[in-house]
Amino acid sequence: MKIALSIPCFIDQFYPKVGIAAVELLEKLNIDFEVPKNQTCCGQPMANSGFEDEAKKTYHHFINLFKDYDKTVMISGSCTHHVQHNYTNIPQTNEVKNVRDNIEDISQFILENYIDKIAPVHFPYKVALHTGCHSLRGQRFGTSSELVLEKEIGLEGLLKNVTGIKIIPLNRPNECCGFGGTFSVVHEAISIKMGRDKLNDVADKEIDYLISNDMSCLMHLEGIIKKENRNIKVAHILELLNGSLK
Amino acid sequence: MRSSIKNRSEAFLQNNERTNWHDKALWFVREKRDLAAKAIPEWEKLRVFASEIKTHTLANLDQYLIEFEENAIKNGVKVHWARDGEEHNQIIENILQQHQVKKVVKSKSMLTEECHLNPYLESKGIEVVDTDLGERIIQLKGEPPSHIVMPAIHLKKEEVSDLFHEKWQTEKGNNDPAYLTYQARLSLRKDFLTADASITGINFAIAETGEVVVCTNEGNADMGTHIVPLQIHSMGIEKLIPKRENLGVFTRILARSATGQPITVYTSHFRKPKPKSEMHIVLVDNFRSNRLEKDKYWSSLKCIRCGACMNTCPIYRRSGGHSYDATIPGPIGSILSPNIDTKKYSDLPFASTLCGSCTDVCPVKINIHEQLFFWRQDIGKSNVLPKSKQRAMKIMGSILGNPSTYKLFGKIARISMKLLPSFVFENRLNTWAKNRKMPEAPKESFQEWYQKRK
Repeated sequence: MKIALSIPCFIDQFYPKVGIAAVELLEKLNIDFEVPKNQTCCGQPMANSGFEDEAKKTYHHFINLFKDYDKTVMISGSCTHHVQHNYTNIPQTNEVKNVRDNIEDISQFILENYIDKIAPVHFPYKVALHTGCHSLRGQRFGTSSELVLEKEIGLEGLLKNVTGIKIIPLNRPNECCGFGGTFSVVHEAISIKMGRDKLNDVADKEIDYLISNDMSCLMHLEGIIKKENRNIKVAHILELLNGSLK
Repeated sequence: MRSSIKNRSEAFLQNNERTNWHDKALWFVREKRDLAAKAIPEWEKLRVFASEIKTHTLANLDQYLIEFEENAIKNGVKVHWARDGEEHNQIIENILQQHQVKKVVKSKSMLTEECHLNPYLESKGIEVVDTDLGERIIQLKGEPPSHIVMPAIHLKKEEVSDLFHEKWQTEKGNNDPAYLTYQARLSLRKDFLTADASITGINFAIAETGEVVVCTNEGNADMGTHIVPLQIHSMGIEKLIPKRENLGVFTRILARSATGQPITVYTSHFRKPKPKSEMHIVLVDNFRSNRLEKDKYWSSLKCIRCGACMNTCPIYRRSGGHSYDATIPGPIGSILSPNIDTKKYSDLPFASTLCGSCTDVCPVKINIHEQLFFWRQDIGKSNVLPKSKQRAMKIMGSILGNPSTYKLFGKIARISMKLLPSFVFENRLNTWAKNRKMPEAPKESFQEWYQKRK
């Protein structure tokens, strides 16, 4: 199976450490993969702003990079969701269908296929988990609190081989963090309030780390943490699993 | 020009303590809903049934409407058809004028809000008294509802006390809910006894029997209707269900979704006029058939007005219903309102993170957050957004669509963020950095690292 690793633009530019953790982890798991050159973005910012046609060029570029792979593993549930659900305004060729059908968020990909091969990590901290909304409700990575279904394991499933960790449930485990892409700027006041409320939920429980599978949620929350000098650390789940957190 | 939801929510958020109170009050209802839903193992099946019954009905709406009208007429009911809100109001005015009605008691109707019936009738010299407590409170205050099930949820009991003191000379500073409710009851009792006619909304209309069903907690729809010789029920054409046996699915999900109750206190069936009385039903379109023909949006007609999407919405809870400035606020309102006036309500579908909680909580499985995304595209294409926004997205699209410009811009941004002092990027023009720090710029991008490594 030919596998490609897809890096969202904000990870490429601002959080290369998450991409590096992904590469190292996939290598340790003996997964054969490529990182196609010249990656840019999935096009979500334009489409979420109401201008999906301005994203067409970006969509075509994305499809061209990944069309020849059997699987595209993306380091973001939100970008994955966008490709799966919203690449509808370009002709649905076999190439487009192939990419849309076979793209998967890396957290889900690892949980489904490689969870037992992850090397044990010791992480003696109190941790809260935040699954990105698009992973949770778009890809059903875990079960959202609204549904009356037996809970499927999601993000916490990835912590199987992590020792010493103490997972603390939040009061509102599935509440959106308030990032929402361009929403974070257009509706800055609500976005900040949602972020603060999420962090207050974490702070009330004296948690050391907020761990997520979506770095965009954490980019927003970390921005607030630093501005307000809060004593909470954030990290992507891949950094934890790769042993990059010291 | 209409101020935007952005301005109004910012004003709401100015009072942090009140925002927290509002958020917690509604989250409490969401938690009650969770407990009620989780007590029913077949909850998800009920949602599927409810969705399928509504889908089937909407797909055959013309036939069911005819069947309903025929059966209602057989029951001795007078049936009227209104194309829009204005026609609805005129029909009701005509009925009331024919009976020389001076005073109407009203219960349970978001549709009459949608049609702006109260100000219309008042302008014709007819007094309208809303009889449900929340509605009565906001009527006295001269405000629109801020929620479709709990219309006065934005007000604290102290404010209600002050209002009652001002309007009814109740005891000043007595904030006891039992006292306040009793005072409202005393006042409303007089209204019931002096009214000439009653108007109610409805929750469901049953095609096979021609009857309408009203679900309430306070019983005012029943009280009003039973006392007067003239009863009028207004309904949107989407309220139909085919058979009585379908009703159980909806009564099981409606109150659980709305307030976490197993069922509303009253589930009243109105089928035919009382002796020596008249019963009228007004069927209202008001943009519903227009929505029915739109592939992406027809399913919003499945809505049973439970309000669960408002209680769960992290934006609604922190901005208040009035910030939406629409008859129906919250997520469902943000997909209904642009259908009525795309330009006026063009800001609403953008006031969302598209987190999808509304869709998962919806008892009739409306894909609300997906429709918000669809509306954004339709609004983007309809030339109502500022040209500057489109230009910005065009530029962004051409940068992100081309790897060389993307790399160049990324590099310039990171290098200048490293070299220049942080205030350059964290100034007032950068909304991101008003209340957040910018991410630290790494010395190289992931792709630069990866190329070197190989």
